[in-house]
Amino acid sequence: MDFLHQFVQQLINGVSLGSIYALIALGYTMIYGIIKLINFAHGDIYMVGAYIGFFAITRAGLSIVPALLISMVVTGILGMIVERLAYKPLRHAPRISVLITAIGVSFFLEYASMYFVSPTPRTFPEVIPSVAFNVGPFIVNGQQMLIMGITLVLMLILTYIVQKTKLGKAMRAASFDVETAQLMGINADRVISFTFCIGSALAAAAGVLVGVYYNSIDPLMGIMPGLKAFVAAVLGGIGILPGAVAGGIILGVIEALVSGFISSTFRDAAAFAILILVLLFKPSGIFGKNTREKV
Amino acid sequence: MGTMLTINDINVFYGAIHAIKGVSLEVNEGEIVTLIGANGAGKSTILRTISGLLKPKTGSIQFEGQEIAGMPAHEIVKTGISQVPEGRRIFAEMSVLENLELGAFTRKDKDGIKADMELVFERFPRLKERIGQLAGTLSGGEQQMLAMGRALMSRPRLLLLDEPSMGLAPLLIKEIFTIIQDINKTGTTVLLVEQNANMALSIAHRAYVLETGRITLSGDAKELAASDEVRKAYLGG
Repeated sequence: MDFLHQFVQQLINGVSLGSIYALIALGYTMIYGIIKLINFAHGDIYMVGAYIGFFAITRAGLSIVPALLISMVVTGILGMIVERLAYKPLRHAPRISVLITAIGVSFFLEYASMYFVSPTPRTFPEVIPSVAFNVGPFIVNGQQMLIMGITLVLMLILTYIVQKTKLGKAMRAASFDVETAQLMGINADRVISFTFCIGSALAAAAGVLVGVYYNSIDPLMGIMPGLKAFVAAVLGGIGILPGAVAGGIILGVIEALVSGFISSTFRDAAAFAILILVLLFKPSGIFGKNTREKV
Repeated sequence: MGTMLTINDINVFYGAIHAIKGVSLEVNEGEIVTLIGANGAGKSTILRTISGLLKPKTGSIQFEGQEIAGMPAHEIVKTGISQVPEGRRIFAEMSVLENLELGAFTRKDKDGIKADMELVFERFPRLKERIGQLAGTLSGGEQQMLAMGRALMSRPRLLLLDEPSMGLAPLLIKEIFTIIQDINKTGTTVLLVEQNANMALSIAHRAYVLETGRITLSGDAKELAASDEVRKAYLGG
């Protein structure tokens, strides 16, 4: 019984951590889906989002929800600017050039942030009262509720945009076949720009939520979650939105279980072991299928 | 019946490869014009240049008096040109309905879109039966019909068809070509690229023969079909 109890408790921790990975992974997978770029700067976009949320709360005195929204909007615009300046000029360049540029953008964001906000970690203010809810014998704290709640809302909004709106349809069409999408009258540049905006906004939300959860932010905070979210996106099947969510949650749960039952020092090793296993046995990911063409 | 499309001396390159060498051609309003030639002659390249997926290095393309060479593809659709790409290129992971809706992406007249969708279903009843199905699950013939229906949804005045017979059974090819003639009769001008020269010449008014990026013959489709040169090279004797 004790084992089961701890198992479920770790499951709760894992799902909330996994929600963060899922939010970041969605951006990875959307951007990959549309321009086939692993945007290695995505983790740093998440870091910038955390800082914008931090300043909105500490300097402007906002509460968590407005701060989250402002962070999402500003970071979304930042994502569009990054795409316009760094990636758009390379639209017809080999993929490796764009990938290297993404790594450059990543370093740029990290060290520009260090210059502007100093490399010292900041303590994220306590924005919601630290309460713990007892659900039967299990404990869910306020931050976890916030993370899971906001993640759920954002995913519902994203699903609506992608499935029901004209722009969402254009995004799906362009990520399936950019050229044919253009033949339909879809402006691919605009769709790509919009995709960066949404992906970056989701990463910003994750950044703010992590600030709330772990109370500490610093300019290099995006490196590890960025890599983990990349693992999550690959695990779910890169380019597939539900895959990113599933991959993120699964990764979070596995990490929580490894920390809880083995040792937290093995947490990161477990995440990357998953990457290796996925690449070895199912490179297309859980939701990935081998595309076939009918003649 | 005026000239609808005038291509004047275009040169198109793929990197260093000179794919289209000074091609000029005309399509008059109401015609079916076909472009025939062997694999790799540059037929698709010409269509892709008209629709804006490729840019000519030199030369001009005028559609209804407007210069369209160099315009982005998504703008060219709005001028009234629609392309059915080679290999159909339907959005396999989207439903039949969504594919057709994407065809009308540039339009805002909801009632007109609805009416045109009914017309597409009248022309291709099988698409109506499969309206909610994922396009990737359709048979090859149905996918070709979907690609054509999707192109018609933008209400084009000029329809560019790239190898509509590719990979289809002979009976289906016949059906598709009858539909092309039908579409033409209801007022859409057609520029058709085909490897199946026999079929193409049988429905076209005029034809151009393309060889390694150059037009070598042109004229009335029936006359070309009867000429020794064309028969030997493209119609199997």
